Amino acid sequence: MTRLADAIIVGGGIHGCSTALHLALAGMKPVLIEKDYAGRHASGVNAGGVRQLARDVAEIPLSIRSMGIWERIEELLDDDCSFESHGQVLVAENETELAAYRARVAELNALGFTHEELIDGAELRRLVPAVADTCPGGVVSRRDGAANPAQTTTAFRRKAELLGATVREGVAASNVRREGDLWCVDVGADTYAAPVLVNAAGAWAGRIAASLGEPVPVETVAPMLMITSRVPHFIDPVVILRGRKLSFKQFKNGTVLIGGGHLATPDQDRNETVLDWKSLAVSARTVFELFPVMRDATIMRAWAGIEARTKDELPVLGPSARHAGLYHQFGFSLHGFQLGPGAGAVMAELIVNGGTQTRIGDLGIDRFRSFTS
Amino acid sequence: MNAVPQRDAYDVVVIGAGPAGLAATASASAAGLSTLLLDENPGPGGQVWRAIASTPVTARDQLGADYWAGAELVGEVRASKAEIIHRATVWSLDRHLEIGISVGGASAFVKARRVILATGALERPFPIPGWTLPGVMTAGAAQTMLKSSALVPDGRTVIAGQGPLLWLLAAQILRLGGRIDRILDTTERKNYLAALPHAFAFVTSPYFMKGLAMMREVKAKVPVTTGVTELTAAGEGQLAGVSYVAGNRRETIPADLLLLHQGVVPNVNLAMAAGVEHRWDELQLCWSPVINGDGGTSIEGIAIAGDGAGIGGANAAVVRGRIAARAAIEALAPAAAAKLTPMTALKAALAQAERGRAFLDTLFRPARQFRIPADDTIVCRCEEVTAKDIVDAVAIGATGPNQLKAYRRTGMGPCQGRLCGLTVTELMAQARGKTPQEIGYYRLRAPVKPITLAELAAMPKTDDDVKAVVRG
Repeated sequence: MTRLADAIIVGGGIHGCSTALHLALAGMKPVLIEKDYAGRHASGVNAGGVRQLARDVAEIPLSIRSMGIWERIEELLDDDCSFESHGQVLVAENETELAAYRARVAELNALGFTHEELIDGAELRRLVPAVADTCPGGVVSRRDGAANPAQTTTAFRRKAELLGATVREGVAASNVRREGDLWCVDVGADTYAAPVLVNAAGAWAGRIAASLGEPVPVETVAPMLMITSRVPHFIDPVVILRGRKLSFKQFKNGTVLIGGGHLATPDQDRNETVLDWKSLAVSARTVFELFPVMRDATIMRAWAGIEARTKDELPVLGPSARHAGLYHQFGFSLHGFQLGPGAGAVMAELIVNGGTQTRIGDLGIDRFRSFTS
Repeated sequence: MNAVPQRDAYDVVVIGAGPAGLAATASASAAGLSTLLLDENPGPGGQVWRAIASTPVTARDQLGADYWAGAELVGEVRASKAEIIHRATVWSLDRHLEIGISVGGASAFVKARRVILATGALERPFPIPGWTLPGVMTAGAAQTMLKSSALVPDGRTVIAGQGPLLWLLAAQILRLGGRIDRILDTTERKNYLAALPHAFAFVTSPYFMKGLAMMREVKAKVPVTTGVTELTAAGEGQLAGVSYVAGNRRETIPADLLLLHQGVVPNVNLAMAAGVEHRWDELQLCWSPVINGDGGTSIEGIAIAGDGAGIGGANAAVVRGRIAARAAIEALAPAAAAKLTPMTALKAALAQAERGRAFLDTLFRPARQFRIPADDTIVCRCEEVTAKDIVDAVAIGATGPNQLKAYRRTGMGPCQGRLCGLTVTELMAQARGKTPQEIGYYRLRAPVKPITLAELAAMPKTDDDVKAVVRG
C-alpha cells in the first residue's frame, strides 16, 4: 500500500536522522528509511570527533553552524550524547609543519574565521602534557570536543520519532522513482510517496544518485579505529596529526580511542569490513612514539565503519541539479559526524524555506556535473 | 616445540589443542600437509585433557580413564611433523585466512590454505544475584586449578547448577581429598519428562554407565538438594552464604566458596570475528556456527571442529577433528586422502559418539530464571550493567545487543561479551517478545584477545610508514 509523507529520507545515519528531526521540528511528517538500523555504519562507529579544526574552508561555515547546535545538544535531543568540549589540538611534529599551520591560521583569520588558534610548545604541553618533547607547537580549536557517536545518532532518531517522523528500520529502500510530482520508494511490501526525497544513504548514496542520473565520483571506504584498555587519565583534548595519520582521544572511563583514517577493506554488500592490521600497526607506532605513557596499554578491539568518500573529499549537500524535490546529503569523506546536526538543520531550511543563510555553495552536486560513471 | 612459526604460510592451521584440534593436526600432518597447531595453554589437552602432559595428579583413577585417553593422541601429534606452538594467542582471523598470533609478547601473521578452528567451549554464564562476589567462581575454573596444580577446595564449599561436568568435577574434587558441603541441583523437574523420548539412545550410549557411577559416587559422600529453583550468593564484599529455594523450603547455607556451573556453550568469538555465520540453537540455547557435514562454514577454507561447532563432548570432538582434517586433505592432497579412513566410517563413528547427546541436552537445558536474570542482578561484569538497566534501555528503543551499546557499554569491556553475551541476547529477546535469532548477537571484532599497543607497534613495517599522507 502507498503511504503519503511530506518527505522521504533514505539513510539512518546521523545525517538522515538529523534531517528527519529538523523537518519534524518544522512541522513536517517525514519518513526515514534505514536498511539496517540507525547508526549501524559510520555514524554509529566513528571516532566521535566534534571538530571544527583543520577543515576545508568550503565546509567551515557548515561546521560552525553545527558547533552551535552541538553546544545545546541536550536541549535539542533530551540526551547529552556524552558530548564533552575539551578542545581539539592539531600537533605539529616539527618546525616545517608548524610553519604550514601558521600560514593556515593566518589565512583563516583573513577570511574572518577565528576558531583556530596557533599555539607554541609551552601551551601545547599545557593542553597535552603527555606529548613528546620534540613537538614545537600546534593549533587548537578550543570549543571542539567529542561525543558518543552511537548514542548521538540514536538520540537524533529517537527525538525525530517522538516529534512525528516515521522511522522504518531493517528493510532497504528500493525502486526509487519519480511518479508525477511525487518521489516513490518501496520498502518491502509498502510504498512511500512524497514531494521531497533526501538522499542521505552514506556509502549507498552514490548508487542512488547515479540511478537518478547524477553520478558523483565517490568510493566506499572504511576508516579503522581501535580502542585500548583503561589507562590513568592523562589527556583531555582530542589530538590529531596530519603528517602521520592519527587521531587520539581518551574517554572519561580511561579507554583511549586511536584513529586517523587508515582504511580497512570494505564489503558493503555484506555489511562487512576486513581490517588491515599492518596499517593499524602504523597507528600503534605513532602513538608509541608520541605518547610514551601509552606503551603498556592493551588494544581491546578494532573496527571500521563503512562510508562514502568523494574525489575532492568534500560532501555533497544541497538540492539536485536535475530534479525538483530531490536533495543530496552524503559523501562526508571521513569527517561528517560533527557536521550532522548542522547539515540536518540546513537541509530542513532548504526544503522548507527554499534556502539557507549558511554558506554551502561550494558543496553542491553540480560541481561534479561533467563526471560520468 | 617452536617459539615462533617457522613459515609464513601453511596448508593447514589448527587453532586449539583440545581433542578436536589434536585429532585434526594428527590427520592433516600424517597426510603430508604442512600443519601448524596453535594453542593458548602451556601444554596440549584443551580443557578436557588439561595439563595431560604435566599434571601433578598421577594416580590415574583420580582424574578418570577418559582423561588419560588423551595421552595417546598427544603422543601421535608429538611424533608427527606438525609444528606446535603453545602459549600462542590467536587474536585475529579474517576471511582471507590471515591469522594474527601473539607468542611471548610478539605478534606475527601467518596465512593458511585451510583453517580448522577447534576453540572448544566456554561455561555458560550463570548470572544469579551475587555471582560477582569474591568467593564465587565457575566450576571450570576450579577444575583448571585441580588439573594443573592439584588444588582443591578446603573451606566450606557449595556446588550449584547442573550438567555432566558438574558431577565430574565433584567426583574429581572428592577423589583428591577436597571438601564439598552441599550440591544444589538446579535441573528442572519437567526436563526429566521431556528427556524421556531420548532415554533409549542415552542408556545405550557410553555416557550412561559412567554418568550413573559418578553420580552414585558423589551422592554417597555429599548431601544433594534437587529441584532448586532460586539461588543467591550473599555476603558483604565476600561470599558468606548461599540461599536457595527448593520446593517449599528456603534455606541459607554458610559458604566460603560457591562453584557455579550450568553447562558449556561453543566458544564462538574467533569464528564470529572472522565473519562465520552463526545461528541460535534452540535446544542447546546458544549460538552455533552454521556448518556442513565436514565442519565447513560460511567462509571458504574455515572449518570448525569440536565443541566450538556445537556441544558434543570429547569423543565426538576427536571424530569431528578427523573429519575436518580429512575434508582439508581431500581438497589439498587428494592422493593422500585415498589412503585414509573413509569419510563414511568417520561419519558413522561420529553418530556413535553423539549418541545420547539429545538426552543430555534436554535433561540439562538450564532453567529460564538462571539464564535470564531480573532487577539488580549484574549481567555485564566488565561495565557493571544490571538486568534492569538493559530492560530500561529496551523500553526507550534499544533493539539488539549492538544497539544496546548506544545506551550501555555492555560487551565493550575486556571480556568481549564472553560473560554476558548470551544473557543479553536472551534478556532482550524476552523483553521484546522476539526470538534470540531475531535479536542477534554482538558484532565481534579482533583482537579477539587483547594485545599490547607495544606489541602491535613492533609489527613489521609497511610502505605507509614511508609515504606519510597529508590528510587528518
